[in-house]
Amino acid sequence: MADTVEPTSVARQPLQSYAVQMRGVTKRFPGVLAIDRADLLLAQGEVLALLGENGAGKSTLMNCLAGLYRPDEGEIYLRGEQVHLSSPRDAIVRGLGMVHQHFMLAETLTVAENIILGLQGARPVLQLGQVRTRVHELSERYGLKVDPDARIWQISVGEQQRVEILKLLYRGAEVLILDEPTAVLTPQEAADLSRTLRQMVSEGKSVIFITHKLDEVMEFADRVTVLRAGRVISTLPIGQTTKAELARLMVGRDVLFRLEKHPHEPGDVALEAEELRTQNDKGLPALRGVSFAIRKGEILGIAGVAGNGQRELAEVITGLRPAAGGRVRVYGRDVTGKSPLDLIHEGVSHIPGDRIGMGMVPNLPVSDNLGMKAYRTPPLSRGVLLDGQALRAFARRLVEAFNITTPSTETAARLLSGGNQQKMVLAREISAGRGMIVAVYPTRGLDVGATEAVRKMLLEQRDQGAAVLLISEDLDELCQLSDRVATLFEGEIMGIVRPEESCAEEMGLMMAGERLSTVRGDGIPAVAAEETR
Amino acid sequence: MGEAFVASLIARTIAVSTSLLLATLGEIYTERAGILNLGVEGIMMMGAATGFAASYHLGSAWLGLLAAIVVGMLLALVHAFLSITMRAEQVVSGLALTTFGIGLATFMGLRLGPNGQALIGEQAAAFQPLVLPGLSKIPLLGPSLFGQSVLTYLLYLLIPLLWFFLYRTQPGLHLRAVGEKPQAADAMGVSVARVRYFYTVLGGGLMGMAGAYLSLSYLKGWQLNITGGQGWIAIALVIFAAWDPLRAVLGALLFGGIGAAGFSLQSTGTAIPSNLLNMMPYILTIIVLVLITWRESVSKRVGSPSALGLPYVREEKR
Amino acid sequence: MILRFEKRLVRSRAAVALVPVASFVLALLFGALILLMFGIDPLTAYAGMARGALGSSYALSETLAKAIPLMLTGLGCSIAFRMLFWNIGAEGQLIVGGIAASVVPLFLAERLPSGLLLPLMAVFGIVAGALWGLVPAFLKASLRVNEILTTLMMNYIAIELVTFLYTGPWRDPTGFKYSAVFPEAAWLPRLWGRMHIGVFFAIASAVLLWFLLTRTRLGYEIRVIGENPRAARYAGISIPRNIVLVMLLSGGLAGLAGMAEVSAIMHRLGDGLAAGYGYTAIVVAWLAYLNPWGVLFVAFLMAALLVGGAALKSTMGLPAAVAEILQGAILFFVLGSSVFANYRLRRVRRDIGAQAGSSPAVEPGAGVPDSGAEGASHG
Repeated sequence: MADTVEPTSVARQPLQSYAVQMRGVTKRFPGVLAIDRADLLLAQGEVLALLGENGAGKSTLMNCLAGLYRPDEGEIYLRGEQVHLSSPRDAIVRGLGMVHQHFMLAETLTVAENIILGLQGARPVLQLGQVRTRVHELSERYGLKVDPDARIWQISVGEQQRVEILKLLYRGAEVLILDEPTAVLTPQEAADLSRTLRQMVSEGKSVIFITHKLDEVMEFADRVTVLRAGRVISTLPIGQTTKAELARLMVGRDVLFRLEKHPHEPGDVALEAEELRTQNDKGLPALRGVSFAIRKGEILGIAGVAGNGQRELAEVITGLRPAAGGRVRVYGRDVTGKSPLDLIHEGVSHIPGDRIGMGMVPNLPVSDNLGMKAYRTPPLSRGVLLDGQALRAFARRLVEAFNITTPSTETAARLLSGGNQQKMVLAREISAGRGMIVAVYPTRGLDVGATEAVRKMLLEQRDQGAAVLLISEDLDELCQLSDRVATLFEGEIMGIVRPEESCAEEMGLMMAGERLSTVRGDGIPAVAAEETR
Repeated sequence: MGEAFVASLIARTIAVSTSLLLATLGEIYTERAGILNLGVEGIMMMGAATGFAASYHLGSAWLGLLAAIVVGMLLALVHAFLSITMRAEQVVSGLALTTFGIGLATFMGLRLGPNGQALIGEQAAAFQPLVLPGLSKIPLLGPSLFGQSVLTYLLYLLIPLLWFFLYRTQPGLHLRAVGEKPQAADAMGVSVARVRYFYTVLGGGLMGMAGAYLSLSYLKGWQLNITGGQGWIAIALVIFAAWDPLRAVLGALLFGGIGAAGFSLQSTGTAIPSNLLNMMPYILTIIVLVLITWRESVSKRVGSPSALGLPYVREEKR
Repeated sequence: MILRFEKRLVRSRAAVALVPVASFVLALLFGALILLMFGIDPLTAYAGMARGALGSSYALSETLAKAIPLMLTGLGCSIAFRMLFWNIGAEGQLIVGGIAASVVPLFLAERLPSGLLLPLMAVFGIVAGALWGLVPAFLKASLRVNEILTTLMMNYIAIELVTFLYTGPWRDPTGFKYSAVFPEAAWLPRLWGRMHIGVFFAIASAVLLWFLLTRTRLGYEIRVIGENPRAARYAGISIPRNIVLVMLLSGGLAGLAGMAEVSAIMHRLGDGLAAGYGYTAIVVAWLAYLNPWGVLFVAFLMAALLVGGAALKSTMGLPAAVAEILQGAILFFVLGSSVFANYRLRRVRRDIGAQAGSSPAVEPGAGVPDSGAEGASHG
């Protein structure tokens, strides 16, 4: 297990033969070091996988390469020549392009029109006939079937991705970067994509694809670079590594327990999900039959790389998203499909992942924010009237109880630090709920002190009998706080384990697509295994 | 009633529709880029006033037309600057433009005449109807279609050009992309701001031209409230036309036709109240808007440019 | 060296206070320039306007009289805008309010005790305006139809309707563009010149709005929706329901303004009801930062501008349009300078090299850039 960049045979070859070389690339955002002296090599005619968890820095690193971000330090070489890319257009002119997770397509325009949008040196009058021919050519050659005259809103997501790829090929891209390409594809489409990549590579093009799925890495890539916490951990040829090793590299250390967690006998089942199914914003399935039960006084953590259905899970449970199938139960009562207001009345608290965009109103005072769930009932309001004084008193009480640092309850919420904003959200949610908490990425973006405080609060609630669903991208956090951890992958639970009985490698494998039963080789399906505890 | 009535109705419809269509086309191009310009009425008024005043003092209708177009472009430039660079609220900016434009136009109309008096009732070089020989001999349609002003003929030529430009050229493609998904255009290297500036200003020019038509061709004179709300109607027409130049022609003929019909009917003494008739286009527009929006939510289709009215800010993470 | 606008995280207090004042001054200068171009002495003109609007008791009463409909419609617009509902239809709502109010004296006067006329007119006016505003509200709430366009269309329909009525079936046989004069019992009492008790309606409405916004649940919900619709939904607040409620209120206020106009000023339904108050109201509400007391104040200023302009016509033979030019100019400058409240001008250096551009300072509450959206794999 190597923790530093290993010199491989590839690295010793002369510079020019590499399609891409990144040396010592560093990128900082306010308050965070996203990429730390990363080195990356991409040979010509190869497929390189970029593997890592959330926050590892994969997209950021590729954005630096593709001209979207400017690195603070380090150099980038394309075919041996140093480049300073100031925009994506700069990059594509040099033959390098990226297909993002969120497609950049104009829906009312046709496929052909999107492909030639912004084309340098194009004639004023659209030569659609020529475009069609060339698109057809590229389609055939690379197995990217599209109808040039179809409008984007008419075609499937998989086809849209092909259009994005064609956009790059049309402009003669030699290096293509794909960000989580199979996230939106059916298995059949993924197989087609694999063929496309093979064809491209056989012609000398080079591909980097970002992923967190081990299966993909083993199947599609020639080599894999593993990122963790902004640093390149290792680069290995596929033939010389295993899924287990990659999982270990990806997740890293063995989890340490630091916070005092009282052993606790959980009570009755408070919050239950049964075969939950739902779709994401694009109409694709986000949850494919998720089941779990959380008891009073228990924290169930949900692990997994962002984008596997976590957000949708939280939204279904809190009424913000309709369920396409399955049930949600609160103390045995079926609450599936009820409105957010109903769920609030049922006593389900929601600490949203998008703190500023959803969890608070930045321009309103702290007191208004604190009252957002409780304002409908006495003593904060009587009938149609809202009692401002009662609201302020209520706010003062919460500020004290939860130790929120703010000049006054009337300060605008946006002026608080991130940590205090989150405390404010927690204060509101915990006080308004009835023992069921859905917490989504609760410590994201917080400094050390605030993170500790938030974690402490969640544990306290658990000790007092709350049922907590904790969705987090921080495996450490999940293992410290949760009594049990379920891993979500592509909308399904791969397995539920107790943190103290599992290890990093196991979790890493589950996060990357392996079922617990397969990992442990005992053939018992994950849910059944969990029930026997 | 009879042939003469129908012929004069058609002629009047086309005449009335000309300015309406010009203004509508100007707004279509502006909105296609994603900018909402509610100042059409103000720009048209200024176009009418400037055009007439220029023609009066310089003795040439063409110079008047030119002045009107330039003024229209300048006014639109102010709106573009406020909306794009200053990221101000487009609705308010457009309304400010309307107020300002109407005010200044009225002012000019009352002070730029002989000896600093009003231009009302004055005569200036204008565009006289140009009867096209041969074509105007076609029965029924001939005299109506081809006995119009030179500006109307210009419009006949402009329409197919504008259509072609929008759907069959690279710049037209960029325009459509910017209004629909500025991020996509930006990612492909198209300068969103530049496109928006260009078409807002171009739109203003067309609106100015529309105003000039009223004072230099239709009325051949200046009066207060010469545009009579046509600028506002144009904004409605844009929706009715679903932001398409050809449908705009239909819409303008329809709206113009209804207005012309009302006038003609009044003069024949028939009892259909013109005001009730005038309501129809607006009611129709609301219905069209509802249908478009409803279809949009169902099938994501032909509708308003998605980025209309929203300032575009590139993700600042560099 | 490139100048670029960078969004501030904290709205600059200084800018918010200075902007209106600076804009007003700049607008006056700009207006002065235009006047000079036409050979008019700006100082005389401005003095004439000030005198005409505020210089005598007659002037003041005229200004107040004009301010009343602006206050009412301005208040209506302000509450709609607070919820991000762009009500451009105050003009139409005012007009139908006037129409409905006119029904009482024109057709029901004989059958009603005279004391009941005015209250009934007010009720009719409010209800009509509210219903006129309900149509676009309903369309937005249920089908998400763009309210800017629907409210605008409703204006034209209202204008055509009223024109039809006072030149057609409701036309006074002796006139051409007016209905018959209302019986005196239907005249809203004037207090001072043409200024009438409608001013109390306006003040009462401002109080009502202030109360609504600060002391009721509805007001709270309006504030939340206007500042962050996503959070509102998350908190279980029903946006469609609130759209309808607010627009009933907004339309009702405009309708009341219409009633006041026909009843106190015109004493009949006729040409002159559609005077553009509805559009000016938008400007008023916006300039007042949507604050109820601000609306009263700005409405008064706007009215002064308009009356002053009208006075110029009679005293100096200048077109009243000067007022509109100034009004537009004030708006332009306010729009142009308000950007500084929300954005900061930064110099960005374009280095040839791997150095990054401007590094945004860390502001309180900024924390770490939160990508928020889960789909974009943050890393």
